[in-house]
Order: sequence, then structure tokens, then C-alpha cells
Amino acid sequence: MDTFRDKLIPVTSILAGVVVLWYVFAVILNTPFQRDLDRRANETSTFSELIGKTLSQPKPTLPAPHQVAVNFFENTFLRPITSNRSLVYNAWVTLSSTLLGFAFGTALGIIIAVGIVHVATLDRSLMPWIIASQTIPILAVAPMIIVVLGAIGISGLIPKAMISTYLSFFPVTVGMVKGLRSPEIMHLDLMHTYNASRAQTFWKLRVPASVPFLFTSMKVAVAASLVGAIVGELPTGAVAGIGAKLLAGAYYSQSIDIWSALVAGSVVAALLVMVVGIAGRLVDRAMGGRPA
Amino acid sequence: MNRLKPSWQAVLAITLCLIAVALGPIAAPKVDALAQPSGTLIYPYVATNWLIFGVLLLVALITMARIPSVVEAVVLFIGAHLVAWLLIGGIAGFEGLARAPYFLLLTGAWLLGWRCVAVLSSLRPFAKWARTALRLIIPAIFGAWILIIWEAVTRGAGIPFILLPPPSAIGARIAGSLPVLGADIRQTIFKAVIFGYVVGSGAGFITAVLADRVPFLRRGLLPIGNMVSALPIIGVAPIMVMWFGFDWQSKAAVVIIMTFFPMLVNTVAGLAASGHMERDLMRTYASGYWPTLLKLRLPAAAPFIFNALKINSTLALIGAIVAEFFGTPVVGMGFRISTEVGRMNIDMVWAEIAVAALAGSVFYGVVALVERAVTFWHPSVRGG
Repeated sequence: MDTFRDKLIPVTSILAGVVVLWYVFAVILNTPFQRDLDRRANETSTFSELIGKTLSQPKPTLPAPHQVAVNFFENTFLRPITSNRSLVYNAWVTLSSTLLGFAFGTALGIIIAVGIVHVATLDRSLMPWIIASQTIPILAVAPMIIVVLGAIGISGLIPKAMISTYLSFFPVTVGMVKGLRSPEIMHLDLMHTYNASRAQTFWKLRVPASVPFLFTSMKVAVAASLVGAIVGELPTGAVAGIGAKLLAGAYYSQSIDIWSALVAGSVVAALLVMVVGIAGRLVDRAMGGRPA
Repeated sequence: MNRLKPSWQAVLAITLCLIAVALGPIAAPKVDALAQPSGTLIYPYVATNWLIFGVLLLVALITMARIPSVVEAVVLFIGAHLVAWLLIGGIAGFEGLARAPYFLLLTGAWLLGWRCVAVLSSLRPFAKWARTALRLIIPAIFGAWILIIWEAVTRGAGIPFILLPPPSAIGARIAGSLPVLGADIRQTIFKAVIFGYVVGSGAGFITAVLADRVPFLRRGLLPIGNMVSALPIIGVAPIMVMWFGFDWQSKAAVVIIMTFFPMLVNTVAGLAASGHMERDLMRTYASGYWPTLLKLRLPAAAPFIFNALKINSTLALIGAIVAEFFGTPVVGMGFRISTEVGRMNIDMVWAEIAVAALAGSVFYGVVALVERAVTFWHPSVRGG
């Protein structure tokens, strides 16, 4: 009941406000072009007719929410999944490289974090570069990686997945280093009094302690991974995927298509973050975590 | 036995060096030259062949002796880089003709470099300046070795220029096309990024203060803001280009949208960071909303706000560069990257990426310095 009053009502009312504003702006932004059309057709429309027309242009400056919803619905549910106009198909193309890159990135991030925690040399020499690399606009490298790998004959899924890997391993590394170091001195001393070996301390103390950190950073990483996959589809003239859909929409001014591709990307992002969150909660419960 | 302290890096380096000696010439032309003694084939490493082996072995042996760590580090530093320098210098003119010993020697030198970093990170100097210097030198050596290996491998193995140019070529390209790079930076960073960053962060900040004043707004905006941070906002770039045209205004719009939500979420979290005790103290002083906000809650929120500013400094650059993939005037970093990739001028692309990386680091560094100056009272600044 409390979540209903404290969260649901404010969130839905603000979302409703956004939708109303969206309609208002759709009318305002589309009006100049509509007036232009009317003048050429020698029509004079009344105010209400004008509003109706601005909300149903084929290539509006800002499509109205219902136009986007209709387009999204058509392209998601009414088209055969194999059609290259189907959003499900395009989302799957993007999702597959996202997941592959995310898996690689998470594995790489964990390995680097384990190395950093256990080897002092790596900690002092590699860690500053990992932090510094977050200040670099990595996405600028995206076209580079795709062209380079394309030149040696690797194309399709792998180059996009590599960009996703690159984007997603930073959060995992930073989170896991924090997580593996999170056991307190007291706990480490306890393991010491048990005469635990380094491996035992690692598996029985450090790894369980790091799990919450892992899932928190995986949520960030999976979102970054999706952005990487979408941007990876931009400069290559990729034929399928959400990024390709955005680019095609931009070339042919199909604004409704752009918006519905954006909605599809957002749905995929929300689903991915949700799945990681649920997996985190399940693992937490399986490990005997109590609700805090 | 007491006088020796073998490290695995040194032992492995010596082993690799001996294997390299056994395998014969470092580069392929020498094999041909030896095959026909009467010919006058030119081959690399005429003078330096034994010097390389000698330096590598000598340095590896020296490090096994019990000498002060500082001396050991200096010897390793000079030796490892001398070997790398000789190897890379010798291969000039014979790119792509290196044989296995070349790579074995390179690995040996790299192991010595690793040993050098290991020795340096085991040092625990008392003086503060020495600790600071170490904190800078260790990652610097690591970074230098990435460049050295990159240079040595691309040139030794003769990797095609189009795939991966060596760093020296990228450096030459940067030096040779400064005006172009400067124009790109002016277009992308000084016009789009700075404007978008300031407006986006400012708008996020003001909205956050407003949301803090109106609890209903906060409860509604915060979950939405958290949600949005996971979305691929970068996708609005084509829409912004459609609305605001090809020039920098559309890129600034993308940057504004991208920087707004991190600032909003972080500032709202920061405004809740001041403790009850402090807020009660302000109440006993009979201070109203505004004095409490200005004197207690905003300073307490400063670490969160600067965190958002740091996140935004990277996001802003990414947003502007990616938005340029969708159409720009014929200048700008994103434009340059996408067109030069198409023209296969890969060294220019790398030059642009290097400049973008440098600009990103400088941007981040400036924000971090301002943070240190403003939040001097925070434990994370005082302690370090």
C-alpha cells in the first residue's frame, strides 16, 4: 500500500504529464510544416482540423505518442519475425551481440579484478589505467574496431560484441575489485586463524562477499553493453539491428521509425536490467541472504 | 646461495634469451645473407646483435644479485628499455621480416620491465614526494610498455598499416595535421560539448533542487531518472540532428539530454546526504530552508554533484562524437573519424581517437581538480 502511494501515484502522474506535454509539443512543432502544406493545397483548416492533421502526418517533426505506439505495435506483433522490418528481428540482432559482449566483458572484468586483488604489481600498474580509461570516449573507437576486424575478415556479430565487451568490462572490474576487497580485516584474520590457504580464503570469503557488488556492476555493464552494440551498428552500414534502424530512419527522415526503434531499444534495456536484477536476487536468496 | 635471489621474471628472461641465441638471426634478411657469403645483402642488427643479447643477459643476472632495490629498479629500467629501443630501432627498414628470436627478445625485455614495476611497487619510501612519484612512475612504465609492444609487434610482424598503424606513425600524423585536429576540437568540444555540458548539468541541478523542495516530484522523478540512466539515450541523436540541423546545436542538444539525468539523480541523492543531527542543529539555529540549503545541504551534496560532473564529462564527449556520425558540417571529431575510416586513413582515425582520449582525460582531470579544491573537507580528499 505504501509503495502504491509513495511510488506508483507520483510516477504515473509524472509520466502522464510527460505524455500530455509530448502531445502539446507535437502540435506546436508540427504546425509550421502543416500550415505550409495547407497553403500549397489552398486549404484553410480550422483550429481543431489543424490539430488533427498535425497529429497524423506521415513524416512529422515530432510524432505523437499514439503514432509511435501504432508503429511499434505493427512492427513488433503484426510482422513476421523473419522480416527485416520487424522490430523483434532487429532487437534480436542487437540483443545477441549485446549478450555475447556482456558475457565476454563480465568474464574479462572478473579475471582482471582477481588479478588486481592478488598481484600487487598489477594493482599498482593496471588499476590507474582502468580508471583513466573511463575518462576516454570509448565509443569513438567503435567504427575503428569494426573496420579493422572487417579488414581481416571478421564481420557480423563479433566486432559489435567486442565493442560491448570493451564498454562492459570497466564497471565489472571496478565493482569486483571493490567487492573482493570488501571483507573486513576481522574476517580475513578469522580465515587466517583457521589456517586457510589463499585459495580457500578466496572461494569461501572473498567470492561470496563480492556477489552483491558483482550484480550491481553487472546492471551498469549490461546497459553499457547495449549502448555499445547499438553504436557499433551505426558506422558500418549494418543491415539489421536497432542502430541500423535508427540510421536508416535518419537517412530517410522516417521519424516515426526512429522513435519506435528507440522505444524498442528502451524496452530491451529495461528487460536486460530487470533480468540481471532478478538473477541477483535469486542468487542472493540461494546464498542465504536475508532481506535487509 | 645467499647472495642470489632469483625472480621468475629474470629466470624466464634468461631462458628466452638463450633460446633466441639458439634460434639464430633476429631478422630474415640475415639468413639470406649467411646463405650466400659472397653477396652484399644488407641485413639489420649488424652491430647491435650481440649488444642486445649481452644487455639482456647482464641485466637479468644483475637483478639476481642482492643489491639495493632502488639500484635494481634503475638497472632494470635502463636495461629493459635499451633492449626494446635497440630491437625497434634495428627493425627499421626491414618491417615484417622479424623471426622468432625478435619476439623472444621482446618478451624478455618485457619481463624485465615487469620485474622493474614489481621492484618499484615493493618499495615503501618514507618521503611523501617519493610516494607520489612512485604512484605516477609505475603506471607510466606500464603504459609505455603497451606502446612499446604495440610498436614492436606491428613493425616486427609487418602488420598492414590499414589494420593497425604503429604508435610512431600516429604520433607523426598528429604532429603533421595539427590545424585539422584543432578545428575539429573547436567544433566538437568548444562549441557542442562545453555548451551542452553546462546547460545539461545546470538544468539537472535546478530540477533536482526543485524536486527536493516538492516531495511528490521527487518520488515521481527519481525512479524515472534511475530508469532512464539504463536506456540507450544516445539513440536520440538522429532526432536531434533532424530538429536542430547539422551544426553544433544538435550535438549540444544530445549532450544536454545525456547529462541531465545523471546530474538529477546524483544531486537528489546528495541533498539527502546531510545527517539528521546536522539538520537538527540548523533548526536550533532557526535557519530557514534557504540558509540550510546553502550552508549545509549543498556542501554535503558536493561529492555527489562532482561525481555526476565526472560521469557527465565522459558522457558529453561520447554524445557529441556519436551525434556527429548522423551528419555534420565538414568538421568535427565524429565526422573526421567516420569519413577517414571510409577513406582507409586509419592513422588519422587513431590520431583523432588519441586526441579525444587526451581531451577526455583533461576534461575529467579539471573536474577532479576543482572537486579537490571545493570538497577539501571530505575524508576521501583529506586522507589521500
